[in-house]
Amino acid sequence: MVGSITVEGVRKTFTTADGDTVHALNGVDLQINAGEFVTLIGPSGCGKSTLLRLIAGLDFPDSGTLALDGKKITGPDCERGFMFQNHTLFPWLNIYDNVAFSLRARGIYKEKKDDVAEYIRLVGLEGFEKSFPHQLSGGMCQRASLARALVGHPKVLLLDEPLGALDAFTRMNIQDEILRIHREHGMTMIMVTHDVDEAVYLADRVVIMSARPAKIEKIVPIELGHPRARSSQDFLAYRAEILRRLHFGGKVPDVEYYL
Amino acid sequence: MRKLWYTMKYKQLKKIIPVFSILLALALQIFIPNSPLHPQSKPYFTYVLIGFLTVYLILYLISFVRTSIDKMLVYRGAFIGGVVLFFNILNLLTAKAALLPVLYFPSLDRVFGVIAEQTDVLAKCVLYSARLLFFGIVFGALAGFTTGICLGFSKTVSYWLSPVIRIIGPIPSTAWIPLVLIAFPTAVSASAFLVGVAVWFPTTIMTSSGISNVQNAYFEVSRTLGASHRYQIFRVGIPAAMPHMFLGLFNGICSSFITLVTAEMIGAKYGIGWYINWQKEMLSYANVYAGLIIIAVLFSVLITLLFRFRDKILVWQKGVIKW
Repeated sequence: MVGSITVEGVRKTFTTADGDTVHALNGVDLQINAGEFVTLIGPSGCGKSTLLRLIAGLDFPDSGTLALDGKKITGPDCERGFMFQNHTLFPWLNIYDNVAFSLRARGIYKEKKDDVAEYIRLVGLEGFEKSFPHQLSGGMCQRASLARALVGHPKVLLLDEPLGALDAFTRMNIQDEILRIHREHGMTMIMVTHDVDEAVYLADRVVIMSARPAKIEKIVPIELGHPRARSSQDFLAYRAEILRRLHFGGKVPDVEYYL
Repeated sequence: MRKLWYTMKYKQLKKIIPVFSILLALALQIFIPNSPLHPQSKPYFTYVLIGFLTVYLILYLISFVRTSIDKMLVYRGAFIGGVVLFFNILNLLTAKAALLPVLYFPSLDRVFGVIAEQTDVLAKCVLYSARLLFFGIVFGALAGFTTGICLGFSKTVSYWLSPVIRIIGPIPSTAWIPLVLIAFPTAVSASAFLVGVAVWFPTTIMTSSGISNVQNAYFEVSRTLGASHRYQIFRVGIPAAMPHMFLGLFNGICSSFITLVTAEMIGAKYGIGWYINWQKEMLSYANVYAGLIIIAVLFSVLITLLFRFRDKILVWQKGVIKW
């Protein structure tokens, strides 16, 4: 199995427009095993998206190292697929050409041509090959974007809140599909999310991050088999624990009487 | 059912408006005598009206078989009728009543007469202008796209060139004439250069601004998909900037039309701009208007072709960008 990610002592600061320095990541260590599904969750400003972009190679850390299978990450690469919150499909290409983009860019389209149709089928978009992104719904675009990220067989798939902008039903549907793809293809998946349910439903481990200081607060392994029932006792217990860690546990009101 | 009948009748009425308008113009043209103040001429306006009536009636007949023609006539009917009415009124004001200064407002008979009687000279002028425009637009657009792409992608090029372009670009084309006359071996190449500059400037500006406006996410996602730097330029940056590039080309072509007259001031033997200038100096305004009509038709055909071409290659931008 390939696709393990090592993050060691990573720090990253940004300078705001006012000239202040903001610590986006303040010393983060994280080991992600090959084939694992990890979700990063935390309040906004905790640096979870920054961490994902560093793993993708889209940004570089101020200090510390990131490595894939022991090899230092120096820039973006098709080994690490990336899916943005907005589908970022190229509007000038139809769905087929969007999915085929990676193969064409790397000059391996001729040999791997069949993969395009296969991945379009995998995400349930057969029949829409000739459609342009603006003709499809948000959910369908996100599926196409998933197919585009997968077609190059990345070792790691990085998902930056890919389902955040979708409605609840579409979101749950695509979650199941992501899980199925994860199981069938065995790649490592790292997903940033705001949604505690999503984090518990998908992940082998949930990484909870805190905003100040921006670092990993706690890693919660989810020891539940798949498929997970969203309303089972165990599921709710994990959910409650994560909410408590995020300080959203709330106070149980002292009820004097029930009506 | 009743309502349907009414809308159908209404539709037929809209389609028949131009016929009435043309018939009215014809009647006034034939039955009111020309003012003696206007020089005598064959009744070319009558011929034009009869010709137009024939064409319209043929279209009208076809419209009962072809729905696309039918829709067009229903939609355009009132407009066509209005245009004919405008010419009708113009005819009354000039040839019939001579209410407008005769020298500057020749009768329509004479304006159309110029087109009918000087066909070979005008055709030659159109061909000469078309050649000038063709070379000017092709080279200007190619140069504009290239400079724009370099400006958009290279910081170094942008640092050195964009101030220069900002200074050179707005210089009016007439100001180039002395320099161009020395620099180019023939009058045609000099004129083509002037047209080219007119196309080059807006194309460059819009191309580079189009490229700098491409969402960074497109480049980022293409990098994670394994695209090389070159591939990003040609398969991400340029297609994404295409609508802007097209807008630049459109502006460029419009300004090339304006420049044409200037460009044909340098040693041109023929050319529609040259023709208008020459006739203006001779105070033969009938010829000037005839030239203007030809220019208007020529340019609107060119612009229509350009839009057709855009609709073809930029199908994707329907629903994304509107202009």
